[in-house]
Amino acid sequence: MNKLRYAGVLTAAALALAGCGGEKVGADEPAASGAKDCGTFNLAVNPWVGYEANAAVVGYVASKDLGCTVVKKNLKEEISWQGFGTGEVDAVLENWGHEDLKKKYIEDQKVAVETGSTGVKGVIGWYVPPWMAAKYPDITDWKNLNKYAAQFKTSESGGKGQLLDGDPSYVTNDEALVKNLSLNYKVVQSGSETALIQAFRDAEKNKKPLLAYFYEPQWFFNELKLVKIDLPPYKSGCDVDPAKVACDYPPYDLDKVVSKKFADSGSPAYDLVKNFQWTNEDQNAVARMIAVDKLTPDAAAEKWVKDNQSKVDTWLGKK
Amino acid sequence: MASITGSVEFEVRRPRRSVIIGILLVVWVAAYFLLRGIDTLVLGGQETTAFHRWLTDHRDDVGQGNAVFDAIRVGVDHFVVLLQNVLAQPSYGRPVPVIGWLGVVALAAYLAWAFGSWKVALLTAAGLGFVGLQGLWQESMDTLSLTIAAVLLSLLVAIPLGIWAGLSNRAFRVATLVLDLMQTLPTFVYLAPLTLFFAIGPAAATIATVIYAAPPAVRLTAHAIRSVPLESVEAARSLGSTRGQTLTKVLLPMSRSTVVVGINQTIMAALSMVTVAALIDAPGLGQTVLTALQTLDVGVAFNAGLAIVVIAIVLDRVTTAAGDRPWRTASVRRKVLLGAGAVGVLVAIWFSRTYVWAAEFPDTVNLGSRIAVIATDVTNWVQDTFGGFTYGVRDAVTNGLLNPLEALLTGSPWWLVAAVVVALAAVLGGWRGAVPAAVCSGLLVATGVWHDSMITLASTLLATVVVVVVGLALGVWAGRKHRVDTWIRPVLDAGQTMPPFVYLVPFLALFGSSRFTAIAAAVVYAVPVTTKIVADGIKAVPVATVEAANSVGSSSWQVISKVQLPVARRAITLAVNQGLIYVLAMVVVGGLVGAGALGYDVAAGFAQSELYGKGLAAGLAIVLLGVLLDRITQAAARTRKFNGTVRGDKL
Amino acid sequence: MTAQLEYPGVQDDNALLSIHGLWKVFGPKAQRVPRRPELASLDRAALYSQTGCTAAVRDLSFDVAPGEVFVVMGLSGSGKSTLVRCLTRLIEPTAGTLIFEGEDLRAADEKRLRALRRSKFSMVFQHFGLLPHRKVIDNVSYGLEIRGESKPDRRRRAQEVIDLVGLAGNENLYPEQLSGGMQQRVGLARALANDPDVLLFDEPFSALDPLIRREMQTEVVRLHREVGKTMVFITHDLSEALKLGDRILLMRDGAAVQFGTGDELVGAPADDYVREFVRDVQRADVLTLRWIVREPRPEEPLDGPELGPDVLVREATRLVLESDRPVKVVSNGTLLGVIGDEEILAVVAPPHKKPV
Repeated sequence: MNKLRYAGVLTAAALALAGCGGEKVGADEPAASGAKDCGTFNLAVNPWVGYEANAAVVGYVASKDLGCTVVKKNLKEEISWQGFGTGEVDAVLENWGHEDLKKKYIEDQKVAVETGSTGVKGVIGWYVPPWMAAKYPDITDWKNLNKYAAQFKTSESGGKGQLLDGDPSYVTNDEALVKNLSLNYKVVQSGSETALIQAFRDAEKNKKPLLAYFYEPQWFFNELKLVKIDLPPYKSGCDVDPAKVACDYPPYDLDKVVSKKFADSGSPAYDLVKNFQWTNEDQNAVARMIAVDKLTPDAAAEKWVKDNQSKVDTWLGKK
Repeated sequence: MASITGSVEFEVRRPRRSVIIGILLVVWVAAYFLLRGIDTLVLGGQETTAFHRWLTDHRDDVGQGNAVFDAIRVGVDHFVVLLQNVLAQPSYGRPVPVIGWLGVVALAAYLAWAFGSWKVALLTAAGLGFVGLQGLWQESMDTLSLTIAAVLLSLLVAIPLGIWAGLSNRAFRVATLVLDLMQTLPTFVYLAPLTLFFAIGPAAATIATVIYAAPPAVRLTAHAIRSVPLESVEAARSLGSTRGQTLTKVLLPMSRSTVVVGINQTIMAALSMVTVAALIDAPGLGQTVLTALQTLDVGVAFNAGLAIVVIAIVLDRVTTAAGDRPWRTASVRRKVLLGAGAVGVLVAIWFSRTYVWAAEFPDTVNLGSRIAVIATDVTNWVQDTFGGFTYGVRDAVTNGLLNPLEALLTGSPWWLVAAVVVALAAVLGGWRGAVPAAVCSGLLVATGVWHDSMITLASTLLATVVVVVVGLALGVWAGRKHRVDTWIRPVLDAGQTMPPFVYLVPFLALFGSSRFTAIAAAVVYAVPVTTKIVADGIKAVPVATVEAANSVGSSSWQVISKVQLPVARRAITLAVNQGLIYVLAMVVVGGLVGAGALGYDVAAGFAQSELYGKGLAAGLAIVLLGVLLDRITQAAARTRKFNGTVRGDKL
Repeated sequence: MTAQLEYPGVQDDNALLSIHGLWKVFGPKAQRVPRRPELASLDRAALYSQTGCTAAVRDLSFDVAPGEVFVVMGLSGSGKSTLVRCLTRLIEPTAGTLIFEGEDLRAADEKRLRALRRSKFSMVFQHFGLLPHRKVIDNVSYGLEIRGESKPDRRRRAQEVIDLVGLAGNENLYPEQLSGGMQQRVGLARALANDPDVLLFDEPFSALDPLIRREMQTEVVRLHREVGKTMVFITHDLSEALKLGDRILLMRDGAAVQFGTGDELVGAPADDYVREFVRDVQRADVLTLRWIVREPRPEEPLDGPELGPDVLVREATRLVLESDRPVKVVSNGTLLGVIGDEEILAVVAPPHKKPV
């Protein structure tokens, strides 16, 4: 019967606690969002920090200045676009090209519309860690790559130099480039952004050679200034036939896409998205706060908005 | 009689078989040097076949706007949201969930006590308290809600299917095939299409989890039904039981403990899907892991991963205790205690609804950030200390084993590889091995990703061999020594449920992005299940058998190799099969750390819409590899022993 | 312990259970084996290699009389367990007829078969076949429960049989808490609970240790006396068969080798197999004077003591050896013959029996 007694004691103790109580749970205050006619704003958040910076600032402004109920949904790109059709996603805030998705959802299904550039310029290319660029200054010219091929050899590259490719999310021309530029390299799939970043960290720290596909803007540049290899310059149309590409990647004008429904809804959030534009530096600043300083997206956004109120005012059409 | 003919066959066949296999391999290697590079069916990273494009074009054809899918989605959605409202999210106009942390802890501990024992009740309270102290209470409750929903739905489907497969031999065969498919088809292949049927969010995430998590429950329910002693069933029938009576009064009650093992496995599988499901906006700890990994923040990711592991261990121990509970009905004293406990729980729930301190987990002790810092430090230390050495190991294994094997598989003409595989299957398993091998090889060619399949096959073979060797060693050890078993289990549970994404970062640091890294990840993931099955098999060897072996003066090694392993053969066959399936389940994750090939194809198909068809084909290729390897090993295992009387359908 | 049962008169026309031409063949297309004489006559190995089939029961015919203890004996693999399962179609026979109380069992549908199993037959199993999740009393009342009897009724009836088999006081224990012998008592009680006409025993005591086994055998004898059920008893133990069986069917490879009372098997083995089988039996315990009686020799005095023909040799030994004259065997006033010391000694201490 010992246990019985314990149970009794516990219950008594619990009841005693009831006496001292503490702060009581209050009823929810009526939501502020009802005040203005914004309603719910469904924001897709694709899985990279640059995007998260965009989403942080836009979401912060939308909820603070427009009274929207911002719902952020963590989704891969393609799934975000699917959400345009079902009405579950209102806006995608940083789109890297994706001509195929544009064709499918904007031209064919007509469920999405473009709302212009974010002002951020995307660059894709081949990079080496800073120590290599410092030690072998001529490596940044693609013509010298074969000279260094032996250094880039790994267990994965079958006797050739290794060109580490990236995240499966990105379209690459690297296999064609290696072939068409007669480079003695083999494209090896690293498989993820994580793998690429880790590879660069390791390469810089242990002074290992590494040649890899990468892109800007990227929060990682705050940690390590990777050096881009100069491939034969991009000329309009030089990448039309994927099999014959022998030139650098085009610069990307990162843009915004919203669902047709959202565009037609007259929501003030739509105008915000349409007007939203900033620079690589702006995005990097916010991305840095999130990735390196470990601020929450909201806190990072708040900080940036305080320092850049004039930009925000432009987006809100206050000027 | 049966056993005599069996062993005679065995004695005569064995040497011949190994000679034939040897000759086959020598011929293959010779032919490889002659025919190298012909008909290797290489397909570049961005290249696709007509079949792939056809799949891409028809991706959206299935099930859009289907009323059935909508109904399922709405139902599941309501269910998950209900659970979230109760446990996790502010709901019903209140700033807190229906039941606050104190109520949840009390309720969970009470249930653990009522169905298990007071020990697991303590563990439950401690575990939940720990995740609260980690600063992850709400995320954990979201994950728990999703897990509970997915597990309950899985069981709703799995138990009836398992019963059916347990009762009918034909259903059993069909089920085995479908379950293999469900477990090996990479989640990434159906994650995107699922969101088309079931929209983005908890419903789709739950359903994806169900697809992945239901198979173990089906398998083990079927297994449980099939292993109820025939005499008990006959006794029931001889007294005039109807089929329904035999099922409800004999088969199901007697299957209970094995079914619970199935439920257990389902819970583990569901928790291992948490991070993947986060890619389609499943709430909870998975989000924390993924967000942390965008910035390679191993510490924070580990903290969240640890919470998943803790939840997994709690759920595992509670279900195990529930399954082991003896048949007794509660004594009066226990009934009184249970009643008193129930009152206590109600009081706790009332508190958690009334007072803030009992509703929201206090965040004064931020254990999570400390864990994160420690995890980061440890990771860095390991990287710095072992970095150079690990690269050496990687290069040795890759150059010494993996590259030659891969060269042989990828460099030979496809028809040569297919011929060797079919011949091998025929030697090992007769026509029962050869026919599936031929069909699978043919289908692999049809998928258009033959070359990538061969690269993946090479890594898979190597990984499976390592998994089996390590799993056997650990399993035998744990099976023979109870103490080893008790302290090895939490580690195994962690290996199985810690999201691979968490340890991939340190692995990448140690081994770079390479096929070896992928193999290492697969081994970490697959060894636990193999070890557990082997250990259970060894433990199930009758004590008398082991004593008999000891009594004639066998050494430990002789007892293991001549008695325990052969007697536990069925368990070991199952362990190999599950090890293989788990390795294949990690192919896609392997693709994320440099394995390339099929894993990369699947991941790329998930991310790039024009590669969807290729991704799907690659996913199917993974399944085909699984079926191929499984059938060959099963066939080989089957001819080794002579089947006695084949047991008929149970009812 | 030589409790012998009375031999009831057995007449085929009032048989309770009548089996004719019964076959059970396992394997692919089993039906063809009994139908085609060239297959039916094959021995076990030849049959398996030609058809992949195994005949567990081959062309058996016999009748079981009401109230009789009918023993089927054979070594493991002889098909006896399959046979007993065929009797209630727990295993579906391949060919042959099963007549129970004039009803063709093989024609019975599922429902009728269930009804018969619920009231007419019960079975006791080698490994007891108890339900581990039920208490003793719930195991015993299982058969009553599934035929829909009310809880008080089945409790009452279960308590009766529990008392009958000597399990009183253990009602609320679980099977795993009982010893093997006690567990089999539960099995026995369960079989008796629904008051069947025929009790089928499938090697019920072979998993028990010898002392318990003997005790349980006596228990069965007692029950048979008390409740008078017809019993079909499967065993591989000859002494058990001799102790319990009114008539014994000896099986080998699914077929009948010999069929008769215990003393017939011992006294007149049908072939070498049976002879070898019964070799180690204490013949004096089984054979009656009927088996060793001889014509009196002309010079022999016929004024010795008298004994009936059904007296066991063992029981007559002392009297015969002590008497200086041959003992007369007399049945209903008729002299069947005489027995002298040498006849007794031939049974009690056979000269050809090699030391083991």
